[in-house]
Formats: sequence, C-alpha cells, structure tokens
Amino acid sequence: MTEAKQLKTTALHSSHLTHDANMAEFGGYDMPLWYPSGTKAEHLAVISRAGLFDTSHMAVLTLEGRGAFELLQYSFTRDLLHCQGKSNTPLSAGSSVYGLFLRSDGTVLDDAIIGQLGAERYMIVVNSSMGAAVSAHLRELSEGGVTITDYTDELGKIDLQGPASARILHSLLSDPEQVLADMGYFTFKGDIFPGGSAALRLKDGTSVVLSRTGYTGEFGFELFAEKADILHLWDTLLGAGEPYGLLPCGLAARDSLRAGAMLPLSHQDIGDWLFGHTPWSFVLPWDQKGDGWTKTFIGGEQLLQGKRDYTYGFAGYDPRKITISSTSEVQDGHGRPIGTILTCTTDMAIGRVGEHIFSIATPTSKGRPDSFQARGLSCGFVRVGRPCEPGEKVWLVEGKRKLTVEIRKNIRPDRTARAPMARMRNR
Amino acid sequence: MKEIDELNLPGDIYYSKEHEWAAKEGDIIRIGISDYAQDQLGDIVFVELPETGSSFERDEEFGTLESVKAVSEIYLPVSGEIVAVNSELEDAPELLNEDPYANWIVEVRPTDIDQYDELLSKDDYVAMLKG
Repeated sequence: MTEAKQLKTTALHSSHLTHDANMAEFGGYDMPLWYPSGTKAEHLAVISRAGLFDTSHMAVLTLEGRGAFELLQYSFTRDLLHCQGKSNTPLSAGSSVYGLFLRSDGTVLDDAIIGQLGAERYMIVVNSSMGAAVSAHLRELSEGGVTITDYTDELGKIDLQGPASARILHSLLSDPEQVLADMGYFTFKGDIFPGGSAALRLKDGTSVVLSRTGYTGEFGFELFAEKADILHLWDTLLGAGEPYGLLPCGLAARDSLRAGAMLPLSHQDIGDWLFGHTPWSFVLPWDQKGDGWTKTFIGGEQLLQGKRDYTYGFAGYDPRKITISSTSEVQDGHGRPIGTILTCTTDMAIGRVGEHIFSIATPTSKGRPDSFQARGLSCGFVRVGRPCEPGEKVWLVEGKRKLTVEIRKNIRPDRTARAPMARMRNR
Repeated sequence: MKEIDELNLPGDIYYSKEHEWAAKEGDIIRIGISDYAQDQLGDIVFVELPETGSSFERDEEFGTLESVKAVSEIYLPVSGEIVAVNSELEDAPELLNEDPYANWIVEVRPTDIDQYDELLSKDDYVAMLKG
C-alpha cells in the first residue's frame, strides 16, 4: 500500500497496525477494514455483545453565535422547532438530531448529526473529509455573527456499539447511575469544546462527549475526546469490554451493520442527485398535510418541484452479493432495467426461514426456531425510476451474475438502538 | 493483512496468477485458493461450486467465492473436467479461511497435463506477489 503514505491517519493508526488490522483507504484516511477475528465475528459481536470502532475520520464542527439557530433552520433539513421525540418538540441542549445539508438544487451535500450544546451553540458531525465543504457551505449561507470551527484534527471519536455497551461504560464512569439513567436515544452529555461548562469526565479524568447514537442499528454510544486522549480511551474501553466479549471492529462490519439497519451511507445511498422518495423521508420537515414544509430551507422548493426517484432497501435469499460497477443494474421481473444498485453487502446475523427473516437476536418467543442458523443475507439499497411495493422481487444484475432480491421496508429485525436504557443497563 | 513472508505457501504444489493452487494426485489435479487469496478476501461466507462433470478451459471461471467484502471469481488453472467438488464448503465456507490447503475446492481431470507444469512454483509465485 504505497499510497497509504499520503492518506490521513487517526490517533489510533499505530494501534490498528500493531493489532494486525487489515487497512484500506476510506474517505481520505487509512482505516481498519477488519481485525484478525474477521468481519463476520465483528458483525455478530455488535449484535450479541459489543464492538468498538475507530470513527475519528468523521468531521466535527461547531457552530455558535447569534444567528446559529437561524442558519441551521435555513441550511439543515430538520425543523429544529419540531424534531424531538414523538411529540415533535424543539431541539434542546443535550439532544441531537439526524438530517441533511442540501445544495440549492435539492441534491445532498452531506448528512449530519447536529447536537445542541447550548443556546446558539451546536456541534455538527459530518462525514470523513466533508468538514471543509460543509463549513464553506454554512459560511456562504451565513449572514455573519456566527463562528464555524472545524475541530476534526483536534478530536477523535470512538463508537461503542452493542447490547453490552452500557455495562461496559458503567465501570468507567464515576457516577454511572446518574449519567446513564436518563440517556435516551439521540441524547448526549459532556462538552469538550472551548467555552463549554457541562464537562463529563470518566473516572480516570478523561473528558468526553458521550452520545447515545451510532451507525449500527444497535444500542450504543459515540464518544468524542481530545485527540491526545483517544489512544488511552480506546485501550480503556477495550479492557473494560473484554469480560463482555467486546471486539475491535473495522469499517467492513460497520458497513454491513448499517446496511442491515437501513441506514444510508452518504455519497453512496444519498448524494449528488435530487433527494427522492427514500426510506429516510423523516429527515424532511413535512407539514401536517404531508405535501409541503413547516419552514423555508435551501433546496426545499426544488424537492417539491423536481422529478424525484425512488430508493428502497432490499434483502436477498442467501449471502451472495453483486459487485457494483458501471454495468450493474436493477431489473424488474421481466428483465427490464429499472435502476441502479447503491449498496450491496451481506448482513451475517440474519437468515430466512421460508420467506421470513430472523436475526440471531430474535427471541424464540417471536418465532425464531431453535434450530435457526443465520447464514447471512445480501442487503442494501437500490434507486429506481418507479415505485415498488414491499415484497416485490427485483433482479440485481452484473455481467453473468443475477440475484433475486426482495424490496423491504426493514432488513435486520430486532435491533436494539432504541431499546430503553433501563433494560440495557441490566442486560 | 499478512506480509508476504508470513504467508503459508507450501513448496510441493503449484500456483496460478489468479491465486489458485494446484496439486497433482495421480491423474487428477486438486484445486484450491492460496493463503494470499483467503487473506485478501477476508471472511468467506459463500462458495458457488460447478457441477460435477462440467468442463472448463484453462483460465475459465468455474465458480465464485463470496467474502463479506466482495465477490471473487475463481479460475481453473488447467483445462479439464470437474470430477469432484468439495461440497463441505457449501455449509462451511469459512473452512477456506481456516486452512486453504486442506480444504480443496474441486478435482479436475486435465485434458493436457503439460498445463500443470506451466504453473508457477512457490518461488515464482512469491516473486509475482512481491511484484
């Protein structure tokens, strides 16, 4: 890997090499694809126990100052006044929200999780190498008064994901009961940015932002810390997780976990095309009638007027995949081309009994046969020019290879991301 | 990923440019994938095998290996007829990761045995890997 020399590295790079990770380029960084235990073991660990991911390649910005709220209302697809919880309350300090930054033509610049640190103070997490582009975009739309700072090179991020995550964290927090008790999905604690007052420290003094979010569909946390603290934090989490069967995981498992959880990869499942009819339409600020917006935002008008195509999740019938290439395509049951394949990977934790999909996490009380063995199913997303119904069979085709897959609203069942904290703390 | 000097490459079998190995057993040739191939692929999760009795030309695709990362074609290093397939791999594809030499993929009756001697020796294969 000679080009690896020009790639950026995270604070954990030498640790990955020491632990014999299989490395590859992703988003301008030299990142672990898998560790010696292998992608399948890593994927299964996150579903049944826990996994640890280096996600320091992701970009972290802050936006603060008078006008920060207005700027996000205009530039971000979520309506920050109506985005939190089932009752759609305003975003508040300690809460975060997932959405998109659109360009003026309605195409997707990037997706992001925005957390509110305080009044007119936000942290914005975007994708690898996108910090500069999103900062520039926000500056262009800003009418002054706000400060946008890119902290990507000063911070690191580690994702602790899987049902044992809370128990692993428990031993590291000085007051775990108090910290974890009220941590709902998409809430966070701590503030490691200049001017922040709500510090959260681990027992050993490490200051972190602890966020109950992730990219696996499973229960867990993202931890942000100063770059200088990251290696220590990683080793501490690995040590605390060992009794629970925690495995360090690479980007291959991250990709198969997120695909099975129906989560999009920016610039692959959403990107340089008009954001269409997708499984992620909740990111748009739909009004009550469902045909317009609750606010004015950049790209919004174009979404209502433009020709929007259709993105769907799919699952196959065995682990076989299609390699996405310039000639791969989606065909209908009559062999007519109807679109392109966006993502195709294998979720190794699921399998079919007849037509029904079970996960290794499905309880037997929900019908999983005792003899169930997950052989893995291909899954991912397709973008097609016409509506499809869930259950419709389409073909994924590349060269001589042709796979039948089923259009799905959901892929891997019985995910834990939203599970109540009270249940996960004691599992 | 393994360094080249960490690879297990037996000296008594031959290798192809596409990272298969071939071993003569009497008048048939056993075919598998090299340690380098399994290491590059990562976890192998599905193996598509040919029908017994089917015939392939040298360097023709005779099956596919599915890793979590990618789909990879496997090519027959010598022309011939498939006389046996290792159907154990259909239920346990991970055997190819565990021991790629004990776990062969197909057995071939070659149409031209000279093609076997044209394959790469261990030293030639290592030289190719080192580029």
